[in-house]
Amino acid sequence: MKYLTEFRDSAIAQRMAREIHQIATRPWKIMEVCGGQTHSIIKNGIDQMLPASVEMVHGPGCPVCVTPLELIDKALAIAAQPDVIFCSFGDMLRVPGTDSDLFQVKGRGGDVRVVYSPLDAVDLAVKNPAKQVVFFGVGFETTAPANAMSVHLAKRRGLKNFSLLVSHVLVPPAIAAILESPGNEVQAFLAAGHVCSVMGYWEYPPLAEKFGVPIVVTGFEPLDLLDGIRRAVLQLERGQARVENAYERIVTYAGNFEAQQLLARVFEVTDRAWRGIGVIPQSGWRLNAAYREFDAEERFHIDGIRAAESPLCHSGDVLRGAIKPAQCPAFGRECTPRHPLGATMVSNEGTCAAYYNYGRFLSADELAGAGRAAFSS
Amino acid sequence: METSNAMPEFSHWSCPLPLADYPTIVMGHGGGGKLGAELVEHLFLPAFRNPALENLGDAALLELIAGRIALTTDSFVVQPLFFPGGSIGELAVNGTVNDLAVSGAEPRFLTAGFILEEGFPLAQLAAIVDAMAGAAALAPIQIVTGDTKVVERGHGDGCYINTAGVGVVRPGISVGPQHAMAGDAVLVSGTIGDHGMAIMSVREGLEFESPIRSDCAALNGLIAQVLDAVGPAVHAMRDPTRGGLASTLNEIARASHAGIVIDESALPVRLEVQSACELLGLDPVYVANEGKAVFFVAPEAADCVLEILRAHPLGGEAARIGHVTADHPGILVARTSLGANRVIAPQIGEQLPRIC
Repeated sequence: MKYLTEFRDSAIAQRMAREIHQIATRPWKIMEVCGGQTHSIIKNGIDQMLPASVEMVHGPGCPVCVTPLELIDKALAIAAQPDVIFCSFGDMLRVPGTDSDLFQVKGRGGDVRVVYSPLDAVDLAVKNPAKQVVFFGVGFETTAPANAMSVHLAKRRGLKNFSLLVSHVLVPPAIAAILESPGNEVQAFLAAGHVCSVMGYWEYPPLAEKFGVPIVVTGFEPLDLLDGIRRAVLQLERGQARVENAYERIVTYAGNFEAQQLLARVFEVTDRAWRGIGVIPQSGWRLNAAYREFDAEERFHIDGIRAAESPLCHSGDVLRGAIKPAQCPAFGRECTPRHPLGATMVSNEGTCAAYYNYGRFLSADELAGAGRAAFSS
Repeated sequence: METSNAMPEFSHWSCPLPLADYPTIVMGHGGGGKLGAELVEHLFLPAFRNPALENLGDAALLELIAGRIALTTDSFVVQPLFFPGGSIGELAVNGTVNDLAVSGAEPRFLTAGFILEEGFPLAQLAAIVDAMAGAAALAPIQIVTGDTKVVERGHGDGCYINTAGVGVVRPGISVGPQHAMAGDAVLVSGTIGDHGMAIMSVREGLEFESPIRSDCAALNGLIAQVLDAVGPAVHAMRDPTRGGLASTLNEIARASHAGIVIDESALPVRLEVQSACELLGLDPVYVANEGKAVFFVAPEAADCVLEILRAHPLGGEAARIGHVTADHPGILVARTSLGANRVIAPQIGEQLPRIC
């Protein structure tokens, strides 16, 4: 498969891992920002290939995970209304709100639909003029252009029955917040390749300079990740703090100019609450005044929703990279993918779910033992 | 009335006269009166014809079968009803035939219960019945009794089918998920994920360069050849339908209190299925199959079974994918292509396409 198999080559991966072993002389903590990268690292066992001195810290880049509980509750309240078709990407459906999730709302008669593009939701609005169609627009810079396009099209077509429940978040302010947080131990970042495919990486050199951290734009396949880690370790060992692009086949410095223009036309920067982390100033987008009429929160007047997180859940510490999932007392006990207490256990890309699903409830010895028993024979 | 608009799709079907009066299902078709009788006489009977069915009694009367029988039932609610590689008709027959076959039984008799939605085009029903008849003849298995109910418009999804099957267990064969044991080789009869991705690509309106076809097929012939050759060396068999290979292997690991190890790079996956899975963020090990079997066999029989599978038209891409171990009982571990290990956990609910 072009662009896939050649980036999963086992022999090259082993070679790159050996190289990282050779160049790493001191302990380093590197954060991969994106949930897709976390998923790939755990799924492929890339962390098992690294020297013990190089620790991957999993970042807050799972859009499902950082969407505030309050907004999930708003989504549930809107989806439960008659005459509403509530559209969402699939992985938001199981995210627990305070009392329920979208699956349960659907079970009780709410018209909740999984779509693959917000533009499908616009089509639904055209086909169902008597219904209010709402799209749950969450995500980072990656999903934002399509969401922007959906309201742009809705406005151009004069649709009065389409709106966006929007909670976009941005990577650079999150990186800054992590670096500014007291007790931060992260020394380098793998920037999220897909975010940079839209935004380019012109936003990152000031961060690298201000905080003295290497930032490597990195892809998602095993060799992409190993290359990103290798470059980050190399910079750390040399005492450098530059922005590098290890995902050149997709990402350019300037990014996708048309997409950025559309984003600037539809959204404005705003403070955003990140689930488990709190409010980060200027860390998200909302619809600007020209498109405010398509904001579902304005249209549905959902007031008085105050959400409370489970006191057992430490997903905030996990999202900041302060603890590994297994260090949370609820991990694998009160909190499992079946009964998630926090969003990091729900989404496939959530750190806790990745750890749970790929067997990190086994000790490292047990996992290694499984492999030895299996493949020595 | 949206009566005739679905007809041209099924132009190969020539409607017997009395049925043509009602081009769609009406409540009366399930009412036990003349309309229902016409459906049986002009549609079901000609398609499924066999001596047991022709009596049209309240029950099929069958000769007692000596030995152990296997009895199974399954309901089919797939949407869309017609998809690349098959329809709900083939599924309803093959699904039950396969459940019998992986239990070590030779499929013999099938029942067919239809729940139809008012307004369902008769031409589509005929096409489904036609598909069932074809699949039953191919297996072969006799459809000996049936039932039709009609629900009001909006209370069904066009057509639901339930089938129950009876088979005769082959003497000397005792297969079951609890019988998998350490050392067993794990084999799969072909590529995984075809059915699930075929359905998903149609359902979600996704278009890929080459269309993905369902693997829907009756496996009893293939399984019979394996059992003829190595019989008791087969410890467990399963058809990995809903939840895919991962769910089936997890079930067997739990039932047998043994660990299972698979080699990810040995899993046969079609390129187009792999591509579609990558696009949607799904893992083919969790995607449904409708024409594949997994075999747990004594290691010394593995090569022989693999040879038989590969020589069969339904097993050309069969592969040895792993083995059973006494370590990590109840847990399925995959060796990744990079040489690391990961647990493949049982799935909760449906796989959800991810955001980005």
